[in-house]
Amino acid sequence: MKFSIYRFDPDKDAKPYMQDYELDDGLLKSGMMLLDALLLLKARDESLSFRRSCQEGVCGSDGMNINGRNGLACITRLSELNQPVVIRPLPGMPVIRDLVVDLEQFYRQYRNAKPFLINEDPVPEVERLQSPQQREQLDGLYECILCACCSTACPSFWWNPDKFLGPAALLQSWRFLADSRDQATEERLTNLEGPFRLFRCHTIMNCVEVCPKGLNPTRAIGRIKELMVKRSL
Amino acid sequence: MEKRSFDTLIIGAGGGGLRAALQLSQAEARVAVVSKVFPTRSHTVAAQGGVNAALANVLPDNWHWHMFDTVKGSDYLGDQDAIEYMCRAAPRAVYELEHFGVPFSRLDTGKIYQRAFGGQSRDFGGDQAVRTCAAADRTGHAILHSLYQQNIRARTHFFDEYFAIELVHDDAGYFLGAVAMDISSGEPLLIEAKTTILATGGVGQLFRTNTNALVNTGDGMAMALRAGIPLQDMEFFQFHPTGVAGKGMLITEGARGEGGYLLNGDGERFMERYAPNAKDLASRDVVSRAIATEVREGRGVGANRDHVLLKLDHLGADIVKKRLPGIRDMVKTFLHIDPADTPIPVYPTAHYTMGGIPTNRHGQVVVPVQQGAEEPVPGLYAVGECACVSVHGANRLGGNSLLDILVFGRAAANHVIEHLKHQRYHQPIPADALAPALQRLARWNRQARGESIAGLRAQLTKIMEDHCGVFRNEEVLQEGRNAVMALRERLQDAGIEDHSQVFNTARIEAMELENLMDVALATVSSALARRESRGAHSRIDYPERDDQQWLKHSLFNLDPMKMDYKPVRMQPLTVESFPPKKRTY
Repeated sequence: MKFSIYRFDPDKDAKPYMQDYELDDGLLKSGMMLLDALLLLKARDESLSFRRSCQEGVCGSDGMNINGRNGLACITRLSELNQPVVIRPLPGMPVIRDLVVDLEQFYRQYRNAKPFLINEDPVPEVERLQSPQQREQLDGLYECILCACCSTACPSFWWNPDKFLGPAALLQSWRFLADSRDQATEERLTNLEGPFRLFRCHTIMNCVEVCPKGLNPTRAIGRIKELMVKRSL
Repeated sequence: MEKRSFDTLIIGAGGGGLRAALQLSQAEARVAVVSKVFPTRSHTVAAQGGVNAALANVLPDNWHWHMFDTVKGSDYLGDQDAIEYMCRAAPRAVYELEHFGVPFSRLDTGKIYQRAFGGQSRDFGGDQAVRTCAAADRTGHAILHSLYQQNIRARTHFFDEYFAIELVHDDAGYFLGAVAMDISSGEPLLIEAKTTILATGGVGQLFRTNTNALVNTGDGMAMALRAGIPLQDMEFFQFHPTGVAGKGMLITEGARGEGGYLLNGDGERFMERYAPNAKDLASRDVVSRAIATEVREGRGVGANRDHVLLKLDHLGADIVKKRLPGIRDMVKTFLHIDPADTPIPVYPTAHYTMGGIPTNRHGQVVVPVQQGAEEPVPGLYAVGECACVSVHGANRLGGNSLLDILVFGRAAANHVIEHLKHQRYHQPIPADALAPALQRLARWNRQARGESIAGLRAQLTKIMEDHCGVFRNEEVLQEGRNAVMALRERLQDAGIEDHSQVFNTARIEAMELENLMDVALATVSSALARRESRGAHSRIDYPERDDQQWLKHSLFNLDPMKMDYKPVRMQPLTVESFPPKKRTY
């Protein structure tokens, strides 16, 4: 199987280049994921650099651009990929080395979304009650693994990564707005005002297309916009 | 070398590290968290089934029953003072999480959803209890993200993607911080701290097939060993009954808690023979041995009869989708089957390190002084899977590991806060205290020769799997120990060719392998020494538990290499001791 992988080590390379690799079909077992192939390649070429950890799609480390589409290497089946498999770092982010990108901008926008429950009532001695129906509102929101596949697939985020929060952070905004226990609705909406932070979303929906967890940031952003409109009336 | 100073350094940003960090930040201590991965990539994120607490939201329950189950589950090797402390603290720890925002699943009453898990009973060994608090089957993810989020709110200082090289201590044995390396730049950094908390997790990467993340390489355990701290009870390694056969992905015990059960090649529900009462919800060591026995005796499933099946299809698609959505996704992704229709092939898979850095219930690392009683090591704490309090003894109950990290992360932080009131200044760091860290870093800048790191790591995990698995005996363990010793020698000659300073993962993997090697030696040596069967440690040559000789904790020392032992703390804090009894489920 053939691979073409983006390489750049600022310690020794003047500029990035694409390197071809080939794995013997004998090494490939059915059901193998792209990460398995990358680990085999790394065993041969230790300088090939990428992040990885859980190998089952829950830690969000190995987001990368695979044949032009963002995804997680550990849950992308080799058998479903056209050859040569072209692997590049997540787009739009500064490259640290090879497939490793600097996600600080992405994390900063996540922090800007105030992704934590705010409830100023006295702390009860037991749990705060929440009906199963209220809790269901969080399904499809809390499962985000911060892999950055969505935000780095979003043209609005490419243009304004410092001003537009991006789909991942806005999904978290809605996750807390939608939580019956959270009391900071006003503060959260005010935090999203202006032409950029929320409203740079032009419903291009790349985020929905690539999310490896099947989440829908565009819908979440739509809900926030509805709340904004309601508030302004 | 650049230096930064904090009140407390926490190494590891899983649930234990983040719970401690939050407590400290909220108390306005200056706390630094060092993690080799971005915090939400830590392995707590993969915990599925839930966290135990006797909330009695579904059925009557109380902490004393939880304590009994934990002591029994530990095969009486757990320290009963620490177990009492943990089980009493459990409801509060879970309520706190709820207040932090964890999206627990809910009952119709609006209270936190709880499910049945293995080894749980009501009334000291009676009927099944329902004690495991869950956020669907993504409880670890929900907890880790919420803890990280609250740490953002508390403005905890994070050093993301920094790899801890070595602990720093003075000649008097006072721990003063650590040297870490910024992975992205390769620059070493001295982090000076009045107290250091190790929270680096377990070492599942010792075994070829395991449920663990690739980052679980026992870094904290190995740093402690090299700093002269022994490791406790390392022979007790948990094999989870239901890893995906041949692959290792975890299928939560909650799948059986929701009503799933195991079938052998004859279509028989074989757990009825091994555990007539608890059946599929017996303790993990019991279920894992039963599966391994079925396969050894030719009653496995598949062309090679090398696994058994976990059946869920009778639960109905609704339950599977609602209560086990993560499992369903994962099985569909990796096996191309829907567990709502088709049983899952499973086999016992290396999962959890019961042993670790010895601590007391305040998280203080404790070591025996000369031949006398153990004493706290000044300035050093350990929490979570890297620690051994010991609340899990010889076998951990499902749902008690998330509880362990919460309760002892918090307890250690509270103890540190008290300590900081008296410790107002940093102790001086002697000039030669940084030498071990610098030598370790420099060692991998040498020219490559000898074998590859990836090759040696593959050999190590194969040796551990073949020689230190579910069933063990003297001969196989001795061979295994010799093989690990020989491999450890060969690592001395290994090298890497990549000497780039920028995000050099080859160098990280080399240092991780050094850590794995030391912890492997501790594990196989402790297993060889213990001539009895207890909990997860099954010796076919010594099939019985031997309380006369072996109701004691093992301590493995690296330099000089030797085994040591210390008594189990049988006396709880306020209730009567649970004396050892025959363990049946």
